[in-house]
Order: sequence, then structure tokens, then C-alpha cells
Amino acid sequence: MFRPFTSNISRLPAAATSQFMRLPLQRPLVAARFITDRARSTIDDAIKQNSLVVFMKGTPDEPMCGFSRAVVQILQMHGVNEIVGVDCLQDPEIREGIKEYTDWPTIPQVYVKGEFIGGCDVMVQMHQSGELHELLVKEGVLEADPDAGEFKRE
Amino acid sequence: MSTLTTAKPEGPIEKIIRTRITQQYSPTELLVENESYKHRHHAPMQGVSSTETHFRVKIISDKFAGMPLIKRQRDVYALFKHEMQMDGGIHALALVTKTPEELKKK
Repeated sequence: MFRPFTSNISRLPAAATSQFMRLPLQRPLVAARFITDRARSTIDDAIKQNSLVVFMKGTPDEPMCGFSRAVVQILQMHGVNEIVGVDCLQDPEIREGIKEYTDWPTIPQVYVKGEFIGGCDVMVQMHQSGELHELLVKEGVLEADPDAGEFKRE
Repeated sequence: MSTLTTAKPEGPIEKIIRTRITQQYSPTELLVENESYKHRHHAPMQGVSSTETHFRVKIISDKFAGMPLIKRQRDVYALFKHEMQMDGGIHALALVTKTPEELKKK
């Protein structure tokens, strides 16, 4: 079921946030997008408070983009019943900020236990190879299924 | 100003994609498919007039050997950093990145 992620951090005016802007390391100046402090802490909170979170367009119940939809469907197929989604379309700062935060230029983005796993292509390929199920079990998002073929090998 | 989006000749962005990937990866197989027309009505695309926003790219190259999937994708994305950040640029780049050996296994 969909549980919306809401931030209780109030929105600061742009002028107030600019003094907190941090220059990310290892990125050329011209390409820096200057993630706002508010966006950074919202993202930090989202990935810390949830064992799995999808930064996406739309909601898990109503994805607004085919790639976001595919990620939600893959997770549901694996039995992830409660997908926490952050709707980037509702918040331009998060929409741009998440790209810089992860250093990954596209949405959706999946985080498990605070770690970036990948976007849609990575999820599809990890699903096909069996790695996704393995990861979800290892990180405690799913319980191990004793009947699952890929776990009998070990 | 509606334009036909199917059966279009290669646009400038598609050409950039082909050229840079060919230079960087010397791929044994390269497929670049402009799927922008499929996404034109989607909410995030409102107000965007470019007909080169969504691409599906398959790269088969030895240069991916020993490289984790995320690293492969990050590297390819990095080639198009500017195009993916500019307004009206590349909005989505769906990637398949495999080595010739990995392709044989399937």
C-alpha cells in the first residue's frame, strides 16, 4: 500500500537557502546544480527512515511515467507490499536535487537501506538475474522464501 | 507546429549519441532507438517541443568487462551529462550495457 512520504521541514525562501548551498565534490562547477539544503535533508530523511524508498514521478498507486511504473511493478512482483514513494513531480527541488544527490541523471531512483541501487534499467536487469530478490532478502525488505530456486543453490 | 515523429531521419541528438558511444566503446553492436513519440503526452513532457527526449540504447562492448552495472550506466550517462541537464535535452536514456560474452549467455 502507498504510504506518502511527507517532510515536516518547512520550505525556506530561496534567498535563505542559498547561504547553505554546498559545492559537491568531484563535479565541475558548470555542471553543479546546487541542491538546496531543504532538498538534501528531505532526501536524507526519506532514505534513513525507510528501508526501501523510490524517488519517482507520481505515486506507487498512480505512477506518472513508464519507468517509474516499471520499477513499482517489479517491486510488487517481488512481494514488496509497502512501497514508499517520493513524488518528484510535486517538488521541483527534490526533482532536481535527487539527481545531484545520487549523481544519477534520471528518475526513478531506488534506495535500499540508505544505499542507491539503481534506476529502471538496473532494476530490470537485477530482477532478471535474480540479484534483486537476493538483495531484498539480504537487506530484510523481504523474508527469505525457502522455495525460491535461487536460494537452493547456496 | 506539429511534426511527424515516426520514421524520422536521425536528429542531432541521436547523432551525438551514436558518435560518442562509438568513439568511447567501439561497440560490436549498437542500437539507438528514439522513443520520444511514446512519451509526448506524459505529464513531465508538457511544454517540451523537442522530438528527441527519450532514447533506448543497447551497447554491446568489450569495454564493459569486469565493470559493475551501475558503473557502466554512470559512465554512459556521463558522456551525455550536458545533453541530459539542458532544457529540452535528453530526458530518458534507457540502457542495455553488455559484453559480447554476456550476450551469448542469454
